[in-house]
Amino acid sequence: MLRFLGFRLLRAAVTIVLVVSFAFLVLRLSGDPAQIIMGADAPPEAVAAFRQAWGLEEPLYVQYLRYFGAILRGDLGRSMRDGREAITLVAERIPATLALTVPALLIKLCIGIPAGITAALHRNSLIDRAVMVLAVAGFTVPSFVLGLLLVLVFAVQLGWLPSGGQDSWRHAILPIVTMGVGGAAVLARFTRSAMLEVLGQPYIRTASAKGVPWRAVVWGHALPNAAIPTVTIIGFMVGSLIAGAVVVESVFSWPGVGRLLVVAVANRDLAVVQCILLLVAATMVTANLVVDLLYGALDPRLRNAVRGA
Amino acid sequence: MSELVSIRGLTVGFGGSLALRGIDLDIGPGEALGLVGESGCGKSVTWLAALGLLPARARVSGSVRLGGAEILGAAPAVLDRVRGGRVAMIFQDPASSLNPVHRIGRQIAEALGLHQGLRGAAARKEARRLLDQVGIPDAGRRLDAYPHELSGGQNQRVMIAMALAGRPELLVADEPTTALDVTIQAQILELLGALRRDLGMALVLISHDLGVVADTCERVAVMYAGRIVEAAATARLFAAPAHPYTQGLLGALPPVDGPRRPLAAIPGGVPEPWAMPPGCAFAPRCPQRLPACTEGLPAAVALGPQHSAACLRAARELVPA
Repeated sequence: MLRFLGFRLLRAAVTIVLVVSFAFLVLRLSGDPAQIIMGADAPPEAVAAFRQAWGLEEPLYVQYLRYFGAILRGDLGRSMRDGREAITLVAERIPATLALTVPALLIKLCIGIPAGITAALHRNSLIDRAVMVLAVAGFTVPSFVLGLLLVLVFAVQLGWLPSGGQDSWRHAILPIVTMGVGGAAVLARFTRSAMLEVLGQPYIRTASAKGVPWRAVVWGHALPNAAIPTVTIIGFMVGSLIAGAVVVESVFSWPGVGRLLVVAVANRDLAVVQCILLLVAATMVTANLVVDLLYGALDPRLRNAVRGA
Repeated sequence: MSELVSIRGLTVGFGGSLALRGIDLDIGPGEALGLVGESGCGKSVTWLAALGLLPARARVSGSVRLGGAEILGAAPAVLDRVRGGRVAMIFQDPASSLNPVHRIGRQIAEALGLHQGLRGAAARKEARRLLDQVGIPDAGRRLDAYPHELSGGQNQRVMIAMALAGRPELLVADEPTTALDVTIQAQILELLGALRRDLGMALVLISHDLGVVADTCERVAVMYAGRIVEAAATARLFAAPAHPYTQGLLGALPPVDGPRRPLAAIPGGVPEPWAMPPGCAFAPRCPQRLPACTEGLPAAVALGPQHSAACLRAARELVPA
């Protein structure tokens, strides 16, 4: 068990290092932050002074090593815009993002899973078809289209809800629904197919053959098995709690981490972008690790593999 | 009415084609019946249909009486009492027939709770006794094992223990040894035979292998393309098979002694359910076909005590012209 955990932690660390390195390189090769931040008309001396101040004139590998050294000391750098610590800037935005993503996750779980189970239990029925049509519609429509559609209907036409901003809880409704719908659709399809797969297994027939009432077959025998593949997709959703709102925050001008990222990328605010990406990688990797451990709890066949590894 | 189970005119259709085309079958209390035939002939479907275990799209008609009471189309609550409680069933692939995420003790205890009202420590004690009874060593510790931690043979023993938990009057064993090694096969068959004698329980042994049923069963019913073509006491069936299909099956068994000979395969193949020939389904492959064989379904004719065959020629030979 400890060896398994150690191995997974090592792998998680490697993943994070790779993500951060990739971000570092791409950001530095895709444009000169000094030029962008100082403006096209800035005098060359001022741009040079800026480069000097931020260490941008040094060779790439020196910057890279310096950057990693700083990370290891817990220093994630400062914004080139206003000189504040990147981590502070990002941390300020996290509550706003979670205020959208956590309720959206609840919507995904509370709609997607029951819808998928119901569809599977009534395969090929009207309910099943309706759920599947809605699910396909739900995840093929991109969230910015759905978001704009909702704004058009509920803000512009009906005037029930505000179209953007963050002044009250009513502002959060449309972005939360926008995010929740797509996720619920994905989860419904995933749960349905996992459930159908399990319902076709011989042990379900065995349970019926020994006289277990159908409700108890579904709850006691089918669901615990169908949960195993479904946990993967839920883990992914939990992992994107921080970064999953980039598009929706932009559509609804919600001041969360996602919008900070968009602005920081546009400005080549290196430390801020890197800080966000590091955070995103860390949440995703952590969620994956939790999923792996959950697998062991849900599936005894994997538990032995976990112990042995 | 002394029969334990009495099946009359049982038909099962999937989509446009019939998987079962009128099954008549009786099982007496404590009797051991072998149900033999090729894959797809309807052996398993017969019992899945009788217990209401087929998917909803299957169209089932006919009559299945258990102790005189109709159970075909009975309410779910009635069927849940019958399944496992009066008629238990075990299946071909023991490894996938047990729930992989539950300990075997829990799976046995579930049946004990449903049919004997046992819970907690009492259920555990009884589960342990059942594991002992089916010959699983170290039963106390095995209760906490998961199916993947046991061998195929042991899993089948667990399935049998689970089936016994409801003290059924009939155990339907659907190809219980097909997925197992030959040596384990013999052990499982021996166990089934011993349990039947000890518990006075009736046994239906479904197999594609005549050899498997020969030692275990008193009576054999041979199925072909969704019908029973011949039924007889085991010794009589082996000594004097009346239906050409049964004769063909026996001819395809390798002789235990005597000179080696090429095995006689039955030419042709089983007709598909959606392309059944008119008349006897075996007629196209039958070496003794009569012109009348392709005209109508031959009815089962009694050829002696406990011996019947659905064959025009067998019927004709019975009554000298």
